[in-house]
Amino acid sequence: MGALDELTRPAGDDDHVGGVPARLVASPASTEEAAAVVAASKGLAVVVRGGGTKIHWGVQPRALDLIIDTRRLAGMVEHAAGDLITVLKAGTSLGDLKLGDQQLAIDAPAGATVGGTVATGASGPRRLHYGTARDLLIGITVVRPDGKVAKSGGKVVKNVAGYDLGKIYTGSYGTLGLITECVFRLHPRPGASAYVRSTAPVQAVPAILAARVAPTAIEVDTATGELAVLLEGTPEGVRERSALVGKLLAGEVSEKAPRWWARYPWAGDEIGMKLSVPLSKVPALISSGSAVRGSAATGVLYAAARDITEVERLRAHCVRSGGHAVVLTAPSSIRDILDMWGPVPGLALMRQIKDRFDPEHRFAPGRFVGGI
Amino acid sequence: MADIDALAQRLRAELGAEQVVTDRQELRTYECDGLAHYKVIPALVVLPHTATQVATVVRACSEAGVPFVARGSGTGLSGGALPHAEGVLIVTAQMRRIVEIAAADERAVVEPGVINLQVTKAATPYGYYYAPDPSSQQICSIGGNVAENSGGAHCLKYGFTTNHVTGLQIVTPSGDLVRLGGRALDPPGYDLIGAFVGSEGTLGIATEVTVRLTRLPESVRTLLAAFPSIDQAGAATSAIIAAGVVPAAIEMMDALAIEAAEAAVACDYPPGAAAVLIVELDGPTAEVEAQFDQVTALCRDSGAFEIRIAADDAERALFWKGRKSAFAAVGRISPDYIVQDGVIPRTALPEVLRRITEVASDHGVRVANVFHAGDGNLHPLVLFDARVPGEAERAETVSGAIIDLCIEYGGSITGEHGVGMDKAKYMPRMFTDDDLDTMQLVRCAFDPASLSNPGKVFPTPRLCGERPGGKIAERFPGVEVY
Repeated sequence: MGALDELTRPAGDDDHVGGVPARLVASPASTEEAAAVVAASKGLAVVVRGGGTKIHWGVQPRALDLIIDTRRLAGMVEHAAGDLITVLKAGTSLGDLKLGDQQLAIDAPAGATVGGTVATGASGPRRLHYGTARDLLIGITVVRPDGKVAKSGGKVVKNVAGYDLGKIYTGSYGTLGLITECVFRLHPRPGASAYVRSTAPVQAVPAILAARVAPTAIEVDTATGELAVLLEGTPEGVRERSALVGKLLAGEVSEKAPRWWARYPWAGDEIGMKLSVPLSKVPALISSGSAVRGSAATGVLYAAARDITEVERLRAHCVRSGGHAVVLTAPSSIRDILDMWGPVPGLALMRQIKDRFDPEHRFAPGRFVGGI
Repeated sequence: MADIDALAQRLRAELGAEQVVTDRQELRTYECDGLAHYKVIPALVVLPHTATQVATVVRACSEAGVPFVARGSGTGLSGGALPHAEGVLIVTAQMRRIVEIAAADERAVVEPGVINLQVTKAATPYGYYYAPDPSSQQICSIGGNVAENSGGAHCLKYGFTTNHVTGLQIVTPSGDLVRLGGRALDPPGYDLIGAFVGSEGTLGIATEVTVRLTRLPESVRTLLAAFPSIDQAGAATSAIIAAGVVPAAIEMMDALAIEAAEAAVACDYPPGAAAVLIVELDGPTAEVEAQFDQVTALCRDSGAFEIRIAADDAERALFWKGRKSAFAAVGRISPDYIVQDGVIPRTALPEVLRRITEVASDHGVRVANVFHAGDGNLHPLVLFDARVPGEAERAETVSGAIIDLCIEYGGSITGEHGVGMDKAKYMPRMFTDDDLDTMQLVRCAFDPASLSNPGKVFPTPRLCGERPGGKIAERFPGVEVY
């Protein structure tokens, strides 16, 4: 444990995950240091933490000794503007990125890091147009639970050499090891953008899609009864397209997003859910009686459930519609009696993957699907 | 071959004799895929009609310890569907039902043998299409596209197969039918679809695929620009990207590739061009018109001596005809050729092309260049005449040197054709042992016995070892750990 003492500090009051306190915290500043920490932490239960904006997402860990904090593992390694790519260390805050007239098109709350966003597979309104972290990530460096450093992908967008480990790590909730570096494809920052805000029903979405205006986002919020559309492009193009959508929805063109845009609809200590249904089932979900908010044209929405009964009702609704519903976060008081992940097809294969990568089950133990 | 005889007998009984091929002459017709210089006659060929039949075959193979290889249309260019001499070739070409065009969900559900272009044809009446468009889209199958994570000319803007598959039914290497994802996005758990797409048949066989359908764009504009030098065409490409335009496609051909295309399909490209660019923009009319003028100006500023703008679909098709036929067209100017597939950072394009020219002339070999310039995906065609002693070897050397260049410039050994049989030897040049071992962990999770397309992708077979266990129960006594 000598080496580990030098690489860690004792945990403080805030160093807990879902109410489970840690003993130690390590803050490596490089992939090499991170690998040394992981190698020295044999036998310990580990949770990786970035900005902490989503650290309580997922089931509370079954055990917790060590938090690996990635915030010193931060910074832009490379921005090759001509190649439309950037290489970022995992602890880099997405909000702090300086990419000139380019952008990494991922929506994330203030303070969220690259690693945390990838590890949770979090997404926001603009996924309709740009896809999610899984689509934008083209290369990844990880430290495996045995301390070995591995890479896959690379720095070119088009690349089919070997397995795409980035996909497996995206949304893996820290159960397969520590992500230390990510390579992303970038997009040009649009010259103009506009929101169309309306109170049109969600049934209007197919008409927006049929108008072929290539919206960047279409968001619905049942609490305010709003349906809002983001359009991006050239100034003249955006003017024309937003006017068209404005007419379709009898809405107003605005430079500003609605207040609820890209925010999860729950407060700190509420039950936060992510719902996903096929596109044609979105209207039924919207009118199912729960307050939901999210991407009406991809079928990925969010809800603050009042209680376990509402969780179960929403889950049953989504599963019956050919989708799924997971609880991202919940008050500690009910976590023990809540099935956060719901049914998971393919679980047997997922367990095999976990067993291969982390045979001792010491990374984020119990946080993920099926107790992984 | 006792195993195989017993297996053939079992499969004849379970599937029907007409779906099991054992005749040596008939087996020979499956000896290679699109990369025809690798040839292996499979021990057995099976032609399943349903997912259940695929599962039956794989389970039988698994129980007998016999390796199996999946094959769709057999158009792959890396030997990914090259049969195993002691194994079963499972051909999915009979499974070509479009199960559903679910336009209201923006999805199509298809069997693996369905031809890529058929999906688009079936979706077009609803105002949709299937975006990934490999050059072979008239003959290649969706199952093969899933295995290879196929791209195409338009993936610069729209991404690859992996960005368009939302659901899979697979047969695992032990013969289990498993559904992953579906029409809804972001299924909970590890992204097994992301792992499976592009795994080149080493993680099992896809028996049903749910793909995204993409709205047909309101407007498509295409131009053909002729340049006096490759550098200027490269500069135009960089200028377009730097201007913040994301074209649907930017394709480049050099003089030799143009010569071949002219000989084959008389595409009537501007005479005297050292390089042509095909640039296509699509999207809302209001956006496309503004950006198209900008792109035209950037091509002119970079030195284009002639710019043609497609007036209608027929002219656009003619522009593309030259490009899409380029591989086959090279047959008109050379008896034999190697199609290479490598990737470099787009900005390195002019420099790498100069070095390719140097290497080629050092070895007295001609190289025709066709590529997806927008994303740095090179397809050099290395020409040779196998009847002339030494030429094939020299061509092989130049082809290898091109891959070396891709690695040297921080690119990839393959952008869309896959590693397969052909490039497994290059994997250690791009990845460390630890990288490859980590990929192998995924392989072992799906296929601990290494029966699914063995010998492909990875340079040396690694054993999966014992499945770990035991320790977990000690660590958390009394707790249900799964």
